[in-house]
Parts: sequence; structure tokens; C-alpha cells
Amino acid sequence: MSDNKPLVKLENVHKSYGDNHVLRGISLAVNPGEVVAIIGASGGGKSTLLRCTTLLERFDAGSLAYGDLQVATDKDGTAVYGDKNVLHEAKLRFGLVFQNYNLFPHYTVIKNLIDAPIVVQKRDKDDVEAQARQLLERMGLAGNENKVPCELSGGQQQRVSIARALCMNPDVLFFDEPTSALDPELTQEVLKVIRDLASQHMTMVIVTHEMAFARDVADRIIFIDQGVIVEEGSAEQLINNPQHKRTRAFLSRYEQG
Amino acid sequence: MEFGVMMAMLGRGFVITVELFFLTLLGSLPLGVVIALGRMSKFKPLQLLMQFYISIMRGTPLMLQMFAIYFAPYYVFGINLTPDSKWTATVIAFILNYAAYFAEIYRSGIQSIPRGQYEAADVLGYSSSQTFMRIVLPQVIKRILPAMANEIITLVKDTSLAFAIGVAEMFSTAKALAAREGSMIPFLLAGAFYWLFNMVVEVIMDRVEKRLDYYHD
Repeated sequence: MSDNKPLVKLENVHKSYGDNHVLRGISLAVNPGEVVAIIGASGGGKSTLLRCTTLLERFDAGSLAYGDLQVATDKDGTAVYGDKNVLHEAKLRFGLVFQNYNLFPHYTVIKNLIDAPIVVQKRDKDDVEAQARQLLERMGLAGNENKVPCELSGGQQQRVSIARALCMNPDVLFFDEPTSALDPELTQEVLKVIRDLASQHMTMVIVTHEMAFARDVADRIIFIDQGVIVEEGSAEQLINNPQHKRTRAFLSRYEQG
Repeated sequence: MEFGVMMAMLGRGFVITVELFFLTLLGSLPLGVVIALGRMSKFKPLQLLMQFYISIMRGTPLMLQMFAIYFAPYYVFGINLTPDSKWTATVIAFILNYAAYFAEIYRSGIQSIPRGQYEAADVLGYSSSQTFMRIVLPQVIKRILPAMANEIITLVKDTSLAFAIGVAEMFSTAKALAAREGSMIPFLLAGAFYWLFNMVVEVIMDRVEKRLDYYHD
């Protein structure tokens, strides 16, 4: 894949729940190696955007592509999705880290990592296991391979879930408020892991409430409010020198706590 | 009559009881899955049909269902009944009845699995059948075990209902012996057999529960 082609591309995406128009024409392209942070108030549409991009929800209008794979196309204002194979292929190109980790509680840590690569991607068991052990070590989790998730702290569980997503070798990794369920001290260990990934040029899209973290780690920050992208720019630019009134209002509310 | 002879006769009845017990489980455990999935289907007619089925099976006596299934071939198709058809009808009635109860237990278990589990499986690319077999079902089994133990223990005792249709299981044998001997001893012995049987069931279910105790969520 050529380096200048976006790994994910959304165009003019609309999504409503009944009368509630949650996404009102969102376009977004994520380039290889880029780290994008999405910020905004609750109910502004950022989680819906992430859920639509990761195919957990379907949008009503607009288009979505993963690299050269066209997942949904806009036909006269209606999103037309590809068939089952296209959707399956798309799911292998991204990973998603949930707010509540959603690890499989009946599987050991290592099994959480290797099951999908073996069963879904039909990869060689020994290769996958070697990769999984390496990933766990990178996440500071060596020695926990045979524990079950309930034996781990929240921060450890979230790091396992990041490793689980990475074990699928995705092109891009999405995070849905990865630290919102964690204590402040556990938050830091998860943020550190994400920082490390950023420094290794993993392509990531992170929905977060951690402004300081977003500023540190993201190449680009997107502020979403009432279903539209109000403002986007480099981290410095958007957080230190917001142009839009709504961005300023949001950021000042944040600083006040 | 000698005690030993009495025990031997009760023992033969017990074999029939155990047979009915296992045949019922063999048929109703998997059939319950099918009914539960139908009951939860997005296809409305199937969902309503399964709901109706469960309602009938739970809402009428098992004894009546046994008779209905026993006489149905004669009244509906004009087929002549043989002594064997009593046994067949009993087994079928037990399977159909217990499958309805199991289906509802399965459904409660399946619906208790958090959405996040399905979503995690979905983004990892698992198909829906892989998600069900690998992620959902193992967790469901752990959750429904106490309710299943309850139902299986009830089944042990319900096998005595086959007495009404004339299947020579343990309770029929005990009743015949009691009438002939003019003694309550056969009933007492039969009671002991049922109790022992259920103790074995309890021990087994307890072991399974302990084996699945390696995690909680």
C-alpha cells in the first residue's frame, strides 16, 4: 500500500437514532503512522463515530474505506455496505480497544490473544503464540500468560486487550475512551503503553477525555460537537490556540474540571 | 417375600428409571438449545411459535402430555398401539417437556452475557457461530449450572410419572410390591433409591461447578 493513501477514510457520514441526528456529515482520513485523537463532550457523537467506523453500527449515509477496500459507498444519500466478505476483510484491518476491555473471562490471558488469530485468521499456532508472548512482554505483562482476566487489575486488563487487538496485526488501532474505567494511577500505565505504540508509528485513532495525553501523543486532534467536526489541527494548535468558540468553551470547561 | 427378591425387582424398575432419565437428557439438552435459539430469533413467526410451544409444555401437566402423545398416533393417523408405544410415548413426552424448561434456562443464560462480549468477538472477526460456540456458550454453561441442577433433580423424581401410563419403572414396581405384600417397605426403599440417585446428581453437578470456578466475571 502506498504511504500517502489513507488507511481509513470516512466521507460525509450521517447517522440518526430515530429523530436524533447524531452524526451530521463527518469526513475523516487517517494516514499511515498517524495518531489522531478525537475529543468532545459526551453525546457529541464521538463514540457513535467510532462504533460506525468499527462496523459495530451502520451509518445511514456516506462512505467508508479501509485502504483499497471500499466498505460502504454512498448511493444517492444512502450508505450501501459491501457483502459479508467485505465486512469480514475490513474487520481484519483494524483493531478496537474498548472502554470496558471486554476480555473473554473464561480464557486465559494468552488464549485471549491467540484465539482469534488462530481461529479467524487461520495462522500457525506456534507463530501466534510467540508473537503473543512478545506482545505481553512489551505491555509489561510477562508472567501473566496463564492467569485469567479476573486475576488482573483494570490497568492490566486494558493492556491485555490492547495486546489482543495488536495480535491480529491490524493496520489501524481504535481506542474508545481506553482509560475512562480506570483509576488515575492505572490510567498512566495504559497511557504509557499507547505512547510507546505511537513512538513506534502505530496508526491509531483515540477517543479520549485525557486532554494532556491527547496533546502529548496525537499528531492531530479533532474536536467533535453536535455531530460535526468543529475544528481540527495539530495538538498544539487546537489545544493551545483554539479558533472556534465551541472548542474554546469545551476546553475551558475541561480546565475547570 | 424375601428382602433380596424385593430389592432385585425394585432394581429392575430402577434400571428403567435410569434409562428414562438419560434418554430424556440426551434428547432434551440439545433440543433445548434449538428451542432457545428459535425463541430468541429475529424471525417473528419462529419466535412466536417457540413461545407458544414453551407455553403449552410448561402450562399443562407432563402426565397429560404423555397420554396425548401416546394416543395421538391412533386418533390422528389410525395407527394401532402396541405395548412398546407406551415406552416410546413416555420418552418423547419427557424430552419435549424438559426441552421447553431447558430452553428457558438457556435463554436466561444467553441473555445475561454482556453485549460487550459479542462486540469484542465481532471486531476480532469471529463469525456468529464461532462467537456462540467459543465465547458465549462456555460462559452460559457456568451461569446456568445451578438452575440446571435444580431441573435435573426434578427430572429424577418426575420419572415416576411414567407409572401413570403403565411403564414398569421403579415407582410402578414399588406400588405393585406394596399392594401384594401389604407393606410400606417397598415405597420406603424406592424413596431411598431416588434420594441416592439425586445425591449422585448433586455430587456430579457440584464437581462441574467447581471445575468452572477458575474464573468469575
